[in-house]
Amino acid sequence: MIAIVEVDTKEQLKEILSHYTGRRDELIPLLQEAQEQFRYLPEDVLQDIAKFLKLSESTVYGVATFYSEFRFTPPGRKIIKLCQGPACHMRGARHIRRAVEKQLGIRAGETTDDFEYTLETTACSGACALAPVVEVDSKVYGRLAASRIGHILTDDEN
Amino acid sequence: MTFDEVQSQAIADWESIEHGNKPCILVGAASCGLAAGALAVIEAIKSELERRNLSATIIQVGCLGLCYAEPLVAIIKPGHPRIYYGNLTPKLACQLIEDYFINDDPRPDLALGSVGDGSVRDIPRLFELPMLKPQVRITLRNCGLIDPENINHYIARGGYSSLVKALSMAPEEVIAEVKKSGLRGRGGAGFPTGVKWGFCRNAQDRGKYFLCNADEGDPGTFVDRALLEGDPHSVLEGMLIGAYAIGANEGYIYIRAEYPLATERMDMAIKQANAYGILGDDILGSGFNFQVKIRSGAGAFVCGEETALINSIEGERGTPRIRPPFPAQSGLWGKPTNVNNVETLANIPLIIEKGGDWYAGIGTEQSKGTKLFSLSGSITRPGVVEVPFGLSLRSLVEDIGGGTLAGRKLKAIQPGGAMLGLIPASLVDQPIDFEGLANIGSGVGSGGLVVVDESSCVVDIAHMLMTFAQNECCGKCLIGRLGTKKMLDILHGIINGSGQPKDMTLLHDLGTSMTLGSLCPLGGGAPGPVMSILRYFRDELETHIREHHCPAGVCKELT
Repeated sequence: MIAIVEVDTKEQLKEILSHYTGRRDELIPLLQEAQEQFRYLPEDVLQDIAKFLKLSESTVYGVATFYSEFRFTPPGRKIIKLCQGPACHMRGARHIRRAVEKQLGIRAGETTDDFEYTLETTACSGACALAPVVEVDSKVYGRLAASRIGHILTDDEN
Repeated sequence: MTFDEVQSQAIADWESIEHGNKPCILVGAASCGLAAGALAVIEAIKSELERRNLSATIIQVGCLGLCYAEPLVAIIKPGHPRIYYGNLTPKLACQLIEDYFINDDPRPDLALGSVGDGSVRDIPRLFELPMLKPQVRITLRNCGLIDPENINHYIARGGYSSLVKALSMAPEEVIAEVKKSGLRGRGGAGFPTGVKWGFCRNAQDRGKYFLCNADEGDPGTFVDRALLEGDPHSVLEGMLIGAYAIGANEGYIYIRAEYPLATERMDMAIKQANAYGILGDDILGSGFNFQVKIRSGAGAFVCGEETALINSIEGERGTPRIRPPFPAQSGLWGKPTNVNNVETLANIPLIIEKGGDWYAGIGTEQSKGTKLFSLSGSITRPGVVEVPFGLSLRSLVEDIGGGTLAGRKLKAIQPGGAMLGLIPASLVDQPIDFEGLANIGSGVGSGGLVVVDESSCVVDIAHMLMTFAQNECCGKCLIGRLGTKKMLDILHGIINGSGQPKDMTLLHDLGTSMTLGSLCPLGGGAPGPVMSILRYFRDELETHIREHHCPAGVCKELT
């Protein structure tokens, strides 16, 4: 079973790499595309990208860990992002955070045991006019009240 | 096709919306509209039209700036002006279709205002409303009015004719016009754009680059997002004119990863411009070539600093470079590089069309033109607005923004984003300009204006902003790395009841060292909010430290 998954990953990565030429500046777009495919960056994917771009593994890892977009462990099926920006902060983000953490039973930065949800924070979603906001898989929910949390977490349209 | 032919086709396309035989419904579907539920409103409108066997064109438009009124819908009924309706729910939208389309009742009770030829009884003119009247909309001229995914709408409203004009001028003449306009960079630093272009023009090396900095990451700021989502072609046209002026044939637009819609719209704009021969080789037969690519950021605020942005495009960690050399001498891959912010570029087309003197006639002696602000926090009408420099903060917050939430007492205004100082309510009559705001310990910055009322604690806000700065600090320079950490520790202690009297001096000294000694504006700007609190809210800070008390009752660990 595990072996099949690995072969599959290799094949998928090969397909992604076939659209790139091997230039150094392709590193970040490559990491982005790989993460879109695998939802995080597994170690062997980083190794193969390093080989492809003729960079050391530590260079690739150094770049990847610099940017907060990249994940190195598998996330849950849904990714919830709590906005921490000033407008949200002033308009009740902490109540929203408490409600989400209570509902999911995890804290920001964690993933539920069933891999349904990963809870993250974001510095600002840029939808400050509708503060407080929460992102569920990049869909932004605005003008939130803690009482709506249950609804948006289970909403099937996501 | 010549540009004249493109233009007449575009005008026909636009006229079919504005003065066609078929009703048209425009729905605000920028990020704000979407977050407020615009898609549900669109679905409801579609099914209601179908149910009643009515036909109408539905267009998703960008942000008009009235984010507080989202979801926002405009209806154009043939022979009538556009009527804007705010805060629509799916149910209200369906009711509106019945009332206006079937019973010919434009529902003045739901309407915000009208735009275009003719008037409607009991509905005011939209641009006469208090939040729009004081505005001078140069960069926002098309936002919320046109379909941002249709290049024809942009062209029909004068778009790309400034590029045509610029291509008939010598590059030096273009630069002279921009210099004459007095336009200063809108990314925060306020450096004269024409002078910056001149440096890059004069650089001898070949293979120059023109970059657009769309990495708007400052918490509380969403002005560039409004432009990218609402009128991407205006940014692209500004970029093309700039590239022609400095002599660059390649460019990148570096867009924040958190702005997927902006990225999608810009990508579409580039493809459309390519198809019309406005981008690519031999642009409009002028012999000028320009290729542009989009690079998506990966979640690092510091990449908004131009040399960090350059490193990021090169595929490196996004840390700032030591300057000199400046990008104009040695930037992307060591080539002369010009980096301009989104809003700066969106100003360029009208400067070329109407002339530098026209632009310089708006604003103040040292700060010319207009500035975009995103209003948020404790404010009745949050949104994106464009005002001439010289307007007072009071007018911006009270007249345009409608004042604080629930009429609470104003405490402070932070006009320029997370890296700048808070201005106390006592200085609210201060006119908005680069030097004026800098002199009182703040700045125009990114234009992310946050209004703070008496129910908020400024120490808590400073702690929140420092948490952000410390998180986003790249760690390259010592003072930035340790300074943000140490400042955060001190603030953390103060809001948790272990503040010491010496903390005031420590914060001041550390802040001064960071401002003077950091490699980039992140480290240099991080102490901004704290320094302003030491200057204007000393009592509140001292009460936290000496009495372990938070007057606003926000810091829960204090009694």
